[in-house]
Amino acid sequence: MEHVVVAENLTRKFGDFTAVDNVSFQVGRGEIYGFLGPNGAGKSTTIRMLTGLMAPTSGKAMVLEFDLETESEKIKERIGYMSQRFSLYQDLTVIQNLNFYAGIYRIPRNKKADRIDWVLQMADLSGREDILAAELAGGWKQRLALGCALLHEPEVLFLDEPTAGVDPRARRGFWDLIAKMSEQGVTVFVTTHYMDEAENCHRLSLIYSGRLIATATPEYMRSQVIDDRIIEVSVFPQDEAIQVLEANPNVRRAQVFGEVLHILANPNIDGIEVVQKTLSAAGLKPSQPIYIEPSLEDAFIYLIEIEDQREEGRKR
Amino acid sequence: MPVLTSKDLHKAFGSIQAVKGVSCEAEQGEIFGLVGPDGAGKSTTLRMLAGLLKPDQGFSIINDADVLAQPDLARCQLGYMPQHFALYSDLSVKENLAFFADMYLVEKAKRRERLERLYRFSRLEPYSNRPAGKLSGGMQKKLALMCAMIHTPKVLILDEPTTGVDPLSRRELWDILYAFADQGVAIVVSTPYMDEAERCHKVALMHSGAFVAFGNPKSLVSRMEGRVLAGRAQKPVTIAAELMKHSGVSRAYQVGHSVHVVLIDVAMEKEVISYGAEWLELKPQRPSFEDLFLDLTGEN
Repeated sequence: MEHVVVAENLTRKFGDFTAVDNVSFQVGRGEIYGFLGPNGAGKSTTIRMLTGLMAPTSGKAMVLEFDLETESEKIKERIGYMSQRFSLYQDLTVIQNLNFYAGIYRIPRNKKADRIDWVLQMADLSGREDILAAELAGGWKQRLALGCALLHEPEVLFLDEPTAGVDPRARRGFWDLIAKMSEQGVTVFVTTHYMDEAENCHRLSLIYSGRLIATATPEYMRSQVIDDRIIEVSVFPQDEAIQVLEANPNVRRAQVFGEVLHILANPNIDGIEVVQKTLSAAGLKPSQPIYIEPSLEDAFIYLIEIEDQREEGRKR
Repeated sequence: MPVLTSKDLHKAFGSIQAVKGVSCEAEQGEIFGLVGPDGAGKSTTLRMLAGLLKPDQGFSIINDADVLAQPDLARCQLGYMPQHFALYSDLSVKENLAFFADMYLVEKAKRRERLERLYRFSRLEPYSNRPAGKLSGGMQKKLALMCAMIHTPKVLILDEPTTGVDPLSRRELWDILYAFADQGVAIVVSTPYMDEAERCHKVALMHSGAFVAFGNPKSLVSRMEGRVLAGRAQKPVTIAAELMKHSGVSRAYQVGHSVHVVLIDVAMEKEVISYGAEWLELKPQRPSFEDLFLDLTGEN
């Protein structure tokens, strides 16, 4: 597979603080690759290094086979970047924003009209050319920002939390566009801490405290990462049930999830039976427990907890 | 007996109808979730529930006190946390808590015990001398929550406490809410995240100023049972477009390497599976709140 984005031992320090710590990964052509992590984990710093906005302290990054350190100007022409705060001019209209970005990206005069038409079509903004950016609803604004980032037909697209706060319908439409771009060979690198954005990626890396702690497809993360099995049961009072369950050595944790409990149990035993028997023995009347598939969030939190335990171990 | 009752709330700002006839109730120990995208009318509703905004029509009562007619009586039983909570960033955690305790006239004799309890829930004690401005986003939300609970209100109204918070802190915040609910506090909480609906005891899906669905989260989603299918495909976008051509398909879209299909009716399942077999193997998938929201707000 052709690797369009390659990071090798990429590191960025701010004084004593290591924001990005020895990070390596590759992104293939047409791949939608997600960088998932909590606030402050190093996501934005990584994206800034990959777009040539910030130099690494050590390590190396290549985009489209150009070295970021020596050839970053060549890269800039061939990538698109959409930041968290869309860089639209609020007091300019849709068409004025597009003209402005066409100028910045030095799109040749003979291609400009075609490219702008393409963006208006793609973003479904035809007929809205003369509306001020400030007056567009959230979903449209976001599509206009994406359109501006795509005007110069970039081969790689960098998206920083692109659909935060956008309603589900607009978000669906946005990801449909991204998926279409990807099928046409555009490589997409996206950072996020929203699980529903992460689900849309082909492959995900989990970044935590500046380090990559896992890379896999979302399906793999959900089904293979967690050693425990998760059991769902409805039982009241919930706090009493949690105490009883957590006293059982085969239960790693029990927690409230709305009207039910989620129980992380040893995978090598019949967890359903253990939950049922433990609760009944305490005089509680549980519903029939069932195994449930872990969510991406479950996997994410599990991996972070393991990393924290490792970190504790290192300190000792 | 509900501790919070509101009936038929309406509010317009100029020509925009922000809230169009919303009624809700929350009982002791119940977490009532208001789930919907930005601009659905969640904050306007919460502000009317808290008596901070006068509705054009309708009323809101907290434990027998009408929030507008008896504001003092209502407010001492109510904790409200707006979306952008005004913590004093140059005051420490401890000083912020002391400030809010003074504001709510919490007796000095009772403070120590309350603070201990709030520290236990929030695990913020190790940071008690840190300026609020130097806390992480998740910790700031926890501190704001403590400030809203300092006078041990019976009702807690929280406007998007988990927005912009990472998954780890988000889970911690929910654990704190469950602990409060366990003590009998009625909680009304808004969120733009569909996946948080299932964490509530009762939920209202809000869209364009009105509830489009209301009830127990599990039974709401079960309305969609059997209508969502999914399968892996090489070119998910292209194949989703093919599947959309079938009259039994309401929506088809890519998610990662997969295509998700929402059927118009459960009865179409077999037909659509065999229609899709040319490209992919479709299997039933557990419906999500997002599926439900899109289904209820869809134009088609």
